Amino acid sequence: MNESVIKCVVWDLDDTIWTGILLEDGDVMLKPRISDVLETLDNRGILNSIASRNDFDAAKGKLEEFGIDHFFLFPQINWNAKSFSIEKIREKVNIGYDAMMFIDDQPFEREEVSSVHREVWCVDSGRYLDIAEHPRLKPSYVTGDSRMRRLMILDDLVRQAEEEESALPRQEFLRGLGMNLDVSDAGEDDLLRAEELTYRTNQLNATGERYSVEDLKKLRLSDRHKILICELEDRFGKYGKIGLAVIELSPGGWLLKLLLFSCRVMSRGVGTVLLTLLRSEARNRKVKLEAEFRHTGRNRMMYVAYKFAGFREAAELGDGKMLLDNDLSEIPPLPDHMNIVTNVRWS
Amino acid sequence: MREKIREFIKSNFNVFSDDLDFADDENIFQKGFVDSLFALKLVNFLESEFSIRMRNEDLDIKNFQCVDSMVSFVEARLQEVGES
Repeated sequence: MNESVIKCVVWDLDDTIWTGILLEDGDVMLKPRISDVLETLDNRGILNSIASRNDFDAAKGKLEEFGIDHFFLFPQINWNAKSFSIEKIREKVNIGYDAMMFIDDQPFEREEVSSVHREVWCVDSGRYLDIAEHPRLKPSYVTGDSRMRRLMILDDLVRQAEEEESALPRQEFLRGLGMNLDVSDAGEDDLLRAEELTYRTNQLNATGERYSVEDLKKLRLSDRHKILICELEDRFGKYGKIGLAVIELSPGGWLLKLLLFSCRVMSRGVGTVLLTLLRSEARNRKVKLEAEFRHTGRNRMMYVAYKFAGFREAAELGDGKMLLDNDLSEIPPLPDHMNIVTNVRWS
Repeated sequence: MREKIREFIKSNFNVFSDDLDFADDENIFQKGFVDSLFALKLVNFLESEFSIRMRNEDLDIKNFQCVDSMVSFVEARLQEVGES
């Protein structure tokens, strides 16, 4: 049984969000308390979307009339197979199928989706009032970053549209974003978000390991560890706290136990910037720099990031983990398209 | 092969803004800032374009630092495949 957290709920419309069939009945009725459910999920940072076989304009008009249209990101209202709609949503949100729930009243539709995407959790819409109580949809806490998730994704859409339309070379476009990266020692109040990052991040997680708030509290208070948190913003708005590093300090060197970034900043070069900062700092302080890495089947980009930052495999650590080391030579300059502020006490 | 690789770098690398010219033996990592998204795209491009599979030990910056080194790396891998 797969128990990963649900990050996106995909709703059917007819006889799921509302009672009745829009194109047949016209005057459909919203299911009781459905907007409460949508709002509860939204406040927890769980995204809502739609896979409905319907007329787009009619359905969109109805959602607006009910005042719930703003809850849904990337609604797929068309005549395609729902498995295809779910594939589209997954691409746009950039999450795993195992983080998706599909809710529909028709057994046929649920089976069609299941047969193509086995990992999507398909649920009968008769249970819509219970889903918010299920542990997979109940993070034990909600951070400021999770509450803002839908709005931050909307900011991303504006950015992407501008990036696609921009005739500027990529470097010029990035410079025009006016990115500001803050790298700081994690404070007590960053730890919830840090835990959340370790649980939500798969593709850009160097070891796939999860850390609880309690783990992180101990590490933060320990003299032998350091927790760094990265926060990014640009002229479109905040990306929030999107990067985390846990470093074990010893007299001879630093060991990166964990390095991870939110997928939302995948194309912003933050990972390489942080590795560059750490390499320069280690070289200046004349300490060794090592890192732990584990192939999880999903995090090849982190492996490439380490390798292209001059890390080499030095030893097997068992349990699928390897140790990488770095000779701290040929450290590239930091990019000039990002303003970088560091607030880290190394000693 | 050389032209395909050059073309890919030109259209995906974010460094060459006004001056799109670089020599085949020029180290692109010293030309500017290489982010890991570009790095992964480059790896995926070489794999799919030339039907090779990179092993972990192949992902060494030395194999990717200039067009020349990518060409000789891919050629070596293709030859290996042919022999096996």
